[in-house]
Amino acid sequence: MRLKRLILASSTAFFAMSCAAFAAKPTEGGYWLQEAATPVMEELIWLHNFVSWIILGITLFVMVLMGYIMFRFSAKRNPVPSKTTHHVGLEVAWTLIPVIILLVMVVPSMRLLYFQDKLPETEMTVKVVGNTWNWEYVYPDFENVESFISNPLEKEEAEAAGVPYLLATDAPLVVPVDTKVKVLVTSSNNLHSFAMPAFGVKMDAVPGRINETWFEVLPGKEGTYYGQCSEICGIKHYKMPIEIKVVSKDAFKQWVANDGAFTTTVASVGGGMTAAQE
Amino acid sequence: MVAIPHGDDHGAYGDDKPGFFARWFYSTNHKDIGTLYLIFGIISGLIGGYLSFMMRMELAAPGISVFNSEHDYLVFASMHGLIMIFFMVMPALIGGFGNWFVPIMIGAPDMAFPRMNNLSFWLLPTALICLLISFLVPGSASGDGFGGGWVMYPPLSTSGSPGPAFDFIIIGLLAAGFSSIFGAINFITTILNMRAPGMTMHKMPLFAWAVLVTAFLLLLALPVLAASLFMLFTDRIDGGTGFFDPAMGGDPEMFQHLFWFFGHPEVYIMILPAFGIVSHVVSTFSKKPVFGYLGMAYAMVAIGVVGFVVWAHHMYTVGMDVDLKAYFLAATLVIAVPTGVKIFSWLATMWGGSITYTIPMQWALAFIFLFVVGGVTGVMLANAGVDVALHDTYYVVAHFHYVLSMGAVFGIFCGFYYWFGKMSGYLYNKWLAAAHFWLFFIGVNVIFFPQHFLGLNSMPRRYIDYPAEFELWNQVSSAGALITLAGVAAFFVMLIEAFIRKRPASDSYWGEGATTLEWTLPSPPPYHQFNTLPRIEDTDEH
Repeated sequence: MRLKRLILASSTAFFAMSCAAFAAKPTEGGYWLQEAATPVMEELIWLHNFVSWIILGITLFVMVLMGYIMFRFSAKRNPVPSKTTHHVGLEVAWTLIPVIILLVMVVPSMRLLYFQDKLPETEMTVKVVGNTWNWEYVYPDFENVESFISNPLEKEEAEAAGVPYLLATDAPLVVPVDTKVKVLVTSSNNLHSFAMPAFGVKMDAVPGRINETWFEVLPGKEGTYYGQCSEICGIKHYKMPIEIKVVSKDAFKQWVANDGAFTTTVASVGGGMTAAQE
Repeated sequence: MVAIPHGDDHGAYGDDKPGFFARWFYSTNHKDIGTLYLIFGIISGLIGGYLSFMMRMELAAPGISVFNSEHDYLVFASMHGLIMIFFMVMPALIGGFGNWFVPIMIGAPDMAFPRMNNLSFWLLPTALICLLISFLVPGSASGDGFGGGWVMYPPLSTSGSPGPAFDFIIIGLLAAGFSSIFGAINFITTILNMRAPGMTMHKMPLFAWAVLVTAFLLLLALPVLAASLFMLFTDRIDGGTGFFDPAMGGDPEMFQHLFWFFGHPEVYIMILPAFGIVSHVVSTFSKKPVFGYLGMAYAMVAIGVVGFVVWAHHMYTVGMDVDLKAYFLAATLVIAVPTGVKIFSWLATMWGGSITYTIPMQWALAFIFLFVVGGVTGVMLANAGVDVALHDTYYVVAHFHYVLSMGAVFGIFCGFYYWFGKMSGYLYNKWLAAAHFWLFFIGVNVIFFPQHFLGLNSMPRRYIDYPAEFELWNQVSSAGALITLAGVAAFFVMLIEAFIRKRPASDSYWGEGATTLEWTLPSPPPYHQFNTLPRIEDTDEH
């Protein structure tokens, strides 16, 4: 494990450089969702932005209305208060209009929910096991690829390799691009949550249960993706990041052919990437 | 609502207060117990506020600098949540203002069960002491105290925290839970049986309605919390049960269902009394009766009922069946409708009014606006598909602090400044109070608004350290904590000044707009009020 880590630390630098354009991680001072790498996340961003416009509109409407009322009906401008306490039309309107707005929202919301949750015919499976405190990745489809543990890089290691601390790991989950991947998520002890923001994936790792979810990285979106454990799991909760390397289908085949070794393949994975970019 | 108490002969009031110890320690008087609750809430607020301030200081920059260990940070985060909810918001809103003003507003001499009221209060300091002890005893191998989050999910709260720290929390929360259940029984009995002649349910002030609905929520939700805590307790015993242990055929997710079956109504338990207070304040300072009184009352009932069937929207990522998620999505959105009715009815109450911008009105207006902001992000989170990106991130933290730290807490301060003269008999300095308001208003917005950005950018909750990309908005957020601290200081200066200067408050110091029964009594009210029950005249205002 230590050996693998050292070799990787030196090769990740090259890898990171070769596909910097495709890396998805939190953006510096960012204030919006991360860029989508999967169709689910594209839909999710669309719905988020759609709902954002609606709620922004509602908030501004209430703000403007309140501002007008505060100005128009201040004691100075309106010394004699009215005694109106009922208006059936108004009361029906402010019950029905929100119902209509919610109905407009609920249709695309349900569509996204089912699109995200119902697994399509997947082409390969990876199993993710949350440990205290690291992730274990298993490739049940490929008997020659041994399961491996993905540990976070320490601060010095990350800096030396030029990768982000608290996001980068010594052994990423490697998956092919443009492939429907089924993800089985479970835990060996505490709760954890396997989250990959750019994929629109977040699935709790629960001991005694196997949860499933899926993703399909869009063509041309090869690169390194970062996520973080998203369910409190103890003192190192903040330090069990998730790193996924999405590679071309050929590079993935090669990686599997090499028994999932990280040594020489990482460089060739990088090569595969460059080819994909061209 | 104009109420004319008959036989209002001040000489008839018994005003023989017992000695200090008997008065404050054996207290059965609803107003004294209310005062005790408020003092208790302020003390707990200081403890809970200290915990959150230290967390904000830690998060001001990447790296670990303020805390000695990662475990201590999680302990602070967990205890901040528990203390603020169970020992600050609930005691202040329900125990404090509820005890003080529900009996007076419905024209009752006291609560139905004064001795049980005393028990309700004194269980709380006992409970808080249990929670404070938990800081000092071993939690897990990593250190003292319990660091499993306020939601206490197993296995982190069972096999993950084997030390006695969490046992103290269980005992403390059970005590606090029984305190609330007794209080709820007391309020329900009082409101249903002790209304003055002529005070029908549909004439009852909205604050009393709010406390009634809250009491029912407490009565139905807290036994579930007590049961699930007890199940945790027996699971923790060596060779005990395995309700939540998969190795013994249990399921950790069952705890989450039980917890949120309590936890979601709990959210409304914290906000409904604030709704009630804001209704009175808006009406008083617009010099108009509340618009759509029945709609307002039944909107709260609707929120309470629907609040019981939406709990699993806290659990969209646990791996639930998709149809179940679809149901919880739809049911959750439904709550936006009665909430909207309340917001628009407050605005309609102000419409056509003659509004004065006193300190309590400023808190009420800020409450309405900020509750809208917190509410609409709730609509966003209700969408199960989008929630996958936002679940367990700072977006959720921002959302629930907008509805609690700015909803419930603004409601508390709104009521405090509205009734301070009535409760203490003294007027506060309005410049100090305004300083408190503005510092607090700006401070909490600077803390929590940027947290939406952090969450969208995917920063998870309960992290002591974070990647450098999240630094900017964390810095801004921590700066907000400093502004809020100044606001808290202004609050205490305001309090001390008011008690030193002792400017007497008149019976009805807010003037003609204040129409509920407490304004017919002196400030402060006599030790026992309504020895002769007030009679509520038939009016057709509603």
